[in-house]
Amino acid sequence: MIINHPLLGPRDAAEFVYLGDAALIDRPDWQAKDAAEQFHAYGYLRDNPAGIHQELWYHEQGDRSWLVVTRDTLTHEITDVQIARDVARSRGRSA
Amino acid sequence: MRYSALRILKEGLTGNKGWKPVWRDPEPKSEYDVVIIGGGGHGLATAYYLAKEYGITNVAVLEKGWIGSGNVGRNTTIIRSNYLLPGNEPFYELSLKLWEGLEQDFNYNAMISQRSILNLLHSDGQRDAFIRRGNAMFLAGADAEYADADQLRAELPFLDFDNARFPIKGGLYQRRGGTVRHDAVAWGFARGADSRGVDIIQNCEVTGFDIEGGVCRGVETSRGPIRARKVAMCVAGSSSRVAAQAGMRLPIESHVLQAFVTEGLKPVLPGVITFGAGHFYVSQSDKGGLVFGGDLDGYNSYAQRGNLPVVEDVAEGGMAIMPMIGRARLLRSWGGVMDMSMDGSPFIDRTHIAGLYFNGGWCYGGFKATPASGWCYAHLLARDAPHPVATEMRLDRFARGHMIDEKGMGNQPNLH
Repeated sequence: MIINHPLLGPRDAAEFVYLGDAALIDRPDWQAKDAAEQFHAYGYLRDNPAGIHQELWYHEQGDRSWLVVTRDTLTHEITDVQIARDVARSRGRSA
Repeated sequence: MRYSALRILKEGLTGNKGWKPVWRDPEPKSEYDVVIIGGGGHGLATAYYLAKEYGITNVAVLEKGWIGSGNVGRNTTIIRSNYLLPGNEPFYELSLKLWEGLEQDFNYNAMISQRSILNLLHSDGQRDAFIRRGNAMFLAGADAEYADADQLRAELPFLDFDNARFPIKGGLYQRRGGTVRHDAVAWGFARGADSRGVDIIQNCEVTGFDIEGGVCRGVETSRGPIRARKVAMCVAGSSSRVAAQAGMRLPIESHVLQAFVTEGLKPVLPGVITFGAGHFYVSQSDKGGLVFGGDLDGYNSYAQRGNLPVVEDVAEGGMAIMPMIGRARLLRSWGGVMDMSMDGSPFIDRTHIAGLYFNGGWCYGGFKATPASGWCYAHLLARDAPHPVATEMRLDRFARGHMIDEKGMGNQPNLH
């Protein structure tokens, strides 16, 4: 797989480390009344779709940026790559 | 007698036209006591033991494709019970004991060959950990044997003992481990279940569940609705897709694992050898091909094929520990889809929906578990209580803080 890095251009996926579903950006509120249930779902439960999947990749052998990659788990085709910081900011999750 | 040398001779002379299928191809009935979703090794074993051990024969096994078309026919055929944790080891030891009696039990030649499995070790710390694991295996009634480097040099002279990064300092044997003819396992269980009255229904995809008021009353399928008192999911690799139809989210990611076979060689490997530090394991099939594999590709996938970086990584692992493998030509490679659970261990449990049961999360170790998985799942379905060796394999173990994490990796499925 080739990941089209927004800053560096096309890079071999072997340069990256895979974390998992990009929903991990949306960390629950630790002060919520049901924080224990929310953190259980956040830490352990996954949608795991067969099809389009948004996921976090870390460019360890490169610029050490976190990316949100949109990829089809049935074909491995990558349709979109964004800097994870930008995605998090657009959701109000990062300074 | 269905099979004999005389019969083979007769059929050979008459164009092999007299062989008959050994299981029926029934139309689905409208209602069953138990519907098992998934005609893989585990589903067929569950049906077999439900019929044989618990006398429950009004059972259907629903298979989307053909039986044995999934991971029971795509694995590297290794059986072993060399685990550490008390939530796992008694289960896998039960499985190995069932393997030892399986061919007599279902009267089918599964070519079970207890040719041993060896885990190589490279440091003092690893020696301590392996000896501890060997002792844990003894506690569960399994066998284990520590071998030092001198013994291994005599037994396996082709290994690279003086590898600069991972010199071989010894290993942990399980002599009762070995390999099995994997397809025959599916066929043996299928024939045994079918002959006891279980309906094996192929080309029948489950498209939904009939759930009313928190009770599962049956399934919707591509061949019409089927009612059931109990519905048992058994679709490792696709667990999340099937469970999503019942509104469930699982502690599972699907990952692809690749495997490789070389051209046939004369006998060179006495048993299974694993080189954990280099992410490589290898055995030799009865046809002579070296069967080997390594790590997961590491990203969510349902594609049943992997990518080249892992091919290279596995080949490097093989060259590092067993340089002679470099002279063998690769015949074929393939990928299988794994249910990778959050702690690397499986589930055999009820769900929060009454009448709906779950078996999955087998990671890359489902094949060796096939008989015990069926045995324990059948126990759960028949008695509505977990089998004593599978009490820890619960879906709620993360919420309760009772993970079964052999490798101590935490909730990162691609590292287990």
